[in-house]
Amino acid sequence: MKPAPFRYHLAGTVPEAVSMLAELGEDAKILAGGQSLVPMMTLRLARPSDLVDITRISGLSYLRAGLDGLRIGALTTHRMVETTRDPAVLAGFGVLARAARWIGHYPIRARGTFGGSIAHADATSEWCLLAVLLDAQVVLAGPGATPRERTVPAAEFFCGLFTTAAEPAEMITEIWFPRPSRSAALAEFAPRQGDFAVVAAAASVDIDSRERGAACRSVRVVVGGVGSVPFVVDTGAVAGLPASASTWREVGELAASQIDPPEYADGDAAYRRRLTATLVARALDEASRQ
Amino acid sequence: MKDIRQITVTVNDQVRDLVVETRRTLADMLRHDLGYTGTHLGCEHGVCGACTVLLDGLPVRSCLIFGVQADGRTVATVEGLADGTDPDAQLSDLQRAFSDQHALQCGFCTPGFLMLAEGYLSGGRPADAGEVTEAEIRDVVAANLCRCTGYQGIVEAILATARSRLDPAGRERGDGERGDAGLGGSEQGTGR
Amino acid sequence: MLTGRGQFTGDMSRVGMLHAAFVRSPLAAARVTGIDTAAALAQPGVRAAFTAADLGEPYLMAVLERAEFRPTRMPILAATEVRYAGEPVAMVLADDPYAAQDAAELVDADWQPLQPLPDIDAARAPGARQLHDGLDGNCLVELAMFTDERLPGIFATAALVVEAEFTSARVAALPLEGRACLADWDAAGQQLVLHCSTQVPHQLRSGVAQALGIAEHSIRVRVPDVGGGFGLKCVVGREEVAVAGAALRLRRPVGWVEDRQENLTASFHGHQQRYRVRAAFSQGGVMLGLDAEIDCDVGAYSAYPFTSAVEPLMACSELPGVYKVPAYRALGRAIATSKPPTAPYRGVSRPQIVLVMERLMEKAARSLGLDPLEIRRRNLIGPQDFPYTGPNAITYDRGSYLESLQLADEIIGTQGWRAELAAIRAGGLRAGIGFACFSERTAYGTPAMSLRRMGMTPGYDTALVRMDPSGEVLVSTGTCGQGQGHETTFAQIVADRLGLHPDQVRLRQGDTDLASYGWGTWGSRSIVIGGGAASRAADQVAQRLREIAAHLLEASAQDVELADGSASVRGDAASTVPISELARIAHFQAHRLPEHLRYGLEARETYDPPGTFSNACHVALVSVEPDTGLVVLRKYLVVEDCGVVINPMIVDGQVRGGVAQGVGAALLEQIRYDNDGQPISGTLVDYRPPTAMQLCPVEVVHLETPSPFSETGSKGMGEGGTIGAPATVLNAINDALAGDDVAFDHIPVLPPDVTAALARAQAAVSAAAVQGVQ
Repeated sequence: MKPAPFRYHLAGTVPEAVSMLAELGEDAKILAGGQSLVPMMTLRLARPSDLVDITRISGLSYLRAGLDGLRIGALTTHRMVETTRDPAVLAGFGVLARAARWIGHYPIRARGTFGGSIAHADATSEWCLLAVLLDAQVVLAGPGATPRERTVPAAEFFCGLFTTAAEPAEMITEIWFPRPSRSAALAEFAPRQGDFAVVAAAASVDIDSRERGAACRSVRVVVGGVGSVPFVVDTGAVAGLPASASTWREVGELAASQIDPPEYADGDAAYRRRLTATLVARALDEASRQ
Repeated sequence: MKDIRQITVTVNDQVRDLVVETRRTLADMLRHDLGYTGTHLGCEHGVCGACTVLLDGLPVRSCLIFGVQADGRTVATVEGLADGTDPDAQLSDLQRAFSDQHALQCGFCTPGFLMLAEGYLSGGRPADAGEVTEAEIRDVVAANLCRCTGYQGIVEAILATARSRLDPAGRERGDGERGDAGLGGSEQGTGR
Repeated sequence: MLTGRGQFTGDMSRVGMLHAAFVRSPLAAARVTGIDTAAALAQPGVRAAFTAADLGEPYLMAVLERAEFRPTRMPILAATEVRYAGEPVAMVLADDPYAAQDAAELVDADWQPLQPLPDIDAARAPGARQLHDGLDGNCLVELAMFTDERLPGIFATAALVVEAEFTSARVAALPLEGRACLADWDAAGQQLVLHCSTQVPHQLRSGVAQALGIAEHSIRVRVPDVGGGFGLKCVVGREEVAVAGAALRLRRPVGWVEDRQENLTASFHGHQQRYRVRAAFSQGGVMLGLDAEIDCDVGAYSAYPFTSAVEPLMACSELPGVYKVPAYRALGRAIATSKPPTAPYRGVSRPQIVLVMERLMEKAARSLGLDPLEIRRRNLIGPQDFPYTGPNAITYDRGSYLESLQLADEIIGTQGWRAELAAIRAGGLRAGIGFACFSERTAYGTPAMSLRRMGMTPGYDTALVRMDPSGEVLVSTGTCGQGQGHETTFAQIVADRLGLHPDQVRLRQGDTDLASYGWGTWGSRSIVIGGGAASRAADQVAQRLREIAAHLLEASAQDVELADGSASVRGDAASTVPISELARIAHFQAHRLPEHLRYGLEARETYDPPGTFSNACHVALVSVEPDTGLVVLRKYLVVEDCGVVINPMIVDGQVRGGVAQGVGAALLEQIRYDNDGQPISGTLVDYRPPTAMQLCPVEVVHLETPSPFSETGSKGMGEGGTIGAPATVLNAINDALAGDDVAFDHIPVLPPDVTAALARAQAAVSAAAVQGVQ
């Protein structure tokens, strides 16, 4: 299990990286944490012609919370998100820190990057689900005489199984979460802690007041593991219902009724529906308690 | 045409210059180009953790990093662990705990667990994490695979080391108390 | 090991060493109509490429001397037909493993697809293609081992007949170190030195010699550190022979390290079995008769040297286990399928037979309204029954079958397991406690093994104990450990006999030039058999030491005691001489000794015991989450009896590691194939052994019933954990779901199995309610 030959390039800056990508063509790949790409290479499922190593580009590793929301640099590791103690981050985006523990294991989180997860676009990925849930914008840098930058809403960024709206010569520099969401949570089920989730559900709730039985203004739910991209549940009917366990169960069943999950070794469609109902209710319940 | 680079890497405090093919993994480079064969390869796709080393202090799967990426960086492997904390005992407190708690049988996964634990205890664990618990250590230990021990000795060894490092005053010293029934006299126990 | 200075096969290198990569079949069944290695050979750094023809079409053939057995030739490299995906057809040798793998991809082979036989049903279907010439129903062996003409009558009149089917998935032994070897031609010694990660150095030597047609003395197998074996490495791999053949041909070092994908798809598997069983019980819950039909999916070939019959033979012989079964019939088959061959993975059929018997007890108890522990007590072989000879013609030496169950029950009572059960249930989860009682035949020598009629009948072992002039001791044996702590235990045994400290004893095993012949380490045999041989040899050396001391001290040898490094005359404190002095005199001043005591201090001994049964009772507490199907192991207790415990820490480590593997088999592990025979568990993402999070602390309590059939009173115990855990965990799950009327008879029980079964049970209840209303 040794990787096939490739040419290695070390990029010192973002413009350098994207111009390398433009020059090297479609079979070149960006190497960040390598926790998803390199296993595919040792299994020879991925055979990039070239790797552009961006791990030494400085200034891409940060969590910055401000008036315009939270900005996460592409090279920020999962572990940095998990262990952040920045009150500004935790106040509006605590769900990210809480969800990080679901990602692989500690050494994977210490090396794997936020931008890498988004670029890999696994539909069960915690970051992909939360990016869609929280209306994040993916910031991409592209090549050109004056390097250009564009942002793509997460919901449009993920286009299919491991495919994104990024052009071959673009790289993710930042993920921007424009609006805080205090009442959000992620729940997932994996055969073993650290495995890829069979089904994962991210949810946020907006409730009239903190009082018992208060009505939901809105509920948002995104489910992973039930299709090639994160699935956004249509929760229009939920507004006005009381924020209660029975409502969360109802939304869970609603989500289960909307999906058309594939059959994989880890469970048939019925099992994935069952998990979806359970995990959506669980995520909503946890979100409502934040 | 092989894609090769000349790099400089510091392994266990020794500066090493070498030429590597860029697709060579850090694990293969450490094992076969630099002779640090204590780093083992159990899966080569980042699951088993036997190849765990510290790269600039952080535990990483060295099968998922290319050797060329270590250029200018520092790497710590199991061969470097014993230096330092207790020169008389030859083994570090963590290694001693592994021996005392029968945390190894075949020993193949052991270096990976040692480096995982060392990385966690020497910087990976948040300073405000409070008292160390078995559940916390089990969660860390779950990063790597062992097929011999059922993990019990590994969890206990890391837990004991964590507690003694957090509270050096209450440090328990197991050596010297071991009788013949312990592993003290075995090749594994003394850590060849 | 702790400092990284262990040496595993893959850690070794040699100047000019070539790295082997194998070209493997992408199809489960095909004719090979052509192999072209030209493109591979043209690659830079590639030094050679071999097909079967290049090596002279060598093969391994395992033989059972039974008329009902069909031997299979396992070619080292397949020449004309491939019988599973992953089967090797060529090897490429290059300067480094990266280049070797690149080149292997360039070997061009022509495949003519055949119909694959992915499982037992496909292989047994009427009109199915036969995987080898001369097979009928793709049966490699069909063993009608026991029968009893009273059975039809017993079943006709029994108060209860339990009928059920039990299945277990194909699993991988999964040592963290895969297989590996390094062959080097020693020109001076005119010998091929084969370093290999194996459990059976002598059998590897025999296999290589037979396959390559060379003398055994021209091969020396040396075993460096071994990163786990668990039975995977107690058979001879075709890659090992191919590497030896290549090194012999090229006269230069050749190394091969199996990668994980090869390990999961192209090595050896185990444990895929199906039991169709009927058991008759009296109203009082006493088992009256047992009738079993056992099919083992053994893959495409018989593994060398023990054959594919290992699993059905073990299953048929030992199914009754710890229970008194008055009338017994068993039919066992090994069925050939388009999958890799199976090796005797830790436990060998006993995880399944224990599961079958323990499930039968539970089912009967439920039907008869009996307490599940009470029904076991009524059927267990009791203290007054030993030595007990069962319907399987096996005689069980004394064990603590009832006592271990009793003690386990007491311990969980004292520790408040049932209160914890209630607390978990109150929290909204299901929870259950499961038991399993079993024995494990261990350390059986040729008397028992010969009943199986293997062409190569294993069993005995040899030990050479040598004291050097400084009084230190070197022990060499035919066993071959992989982390069982033999260095410690053997040293304890020998040091004890010689009055030395264990540090003064060194063990050398895993070198075919150092031990005359031995059978390696598997089957829970090493301490009893290898340790027994070492103990006997040490006794002889001790006797010689006493005689020399008696001569020097002018005393009688019977009065000389060896202790604390000295030989002393009993009752005469002044008459003492250090053992090191005796050793010095024996070697350097032999002239001072009478003729019969001269020239060295060494003895070679063998041991070939009849076998002895260790036993245990396991208890597990699990919780089950109905919404996700997640089963969590909460508590685990083992009360075990392996006779005299030589080193409790090592025994406990073996038990806990075994339990972990058994829990994996019960809850997680499964090698899967699709309908075309394509492997879909080729990575550790898909094949899931337990991590620390799936396990809980395992408490081990010892009972000691010494064995009369071993030199030290100890019994083997290397497999018991793996044997007991699947049944225990399964019974605990079934106990948790008893209220839902759900019960499983297969392993592993995966989360979707749980939710699906609960949904079915719920639907049945609803349907019944609707009918009730109507």
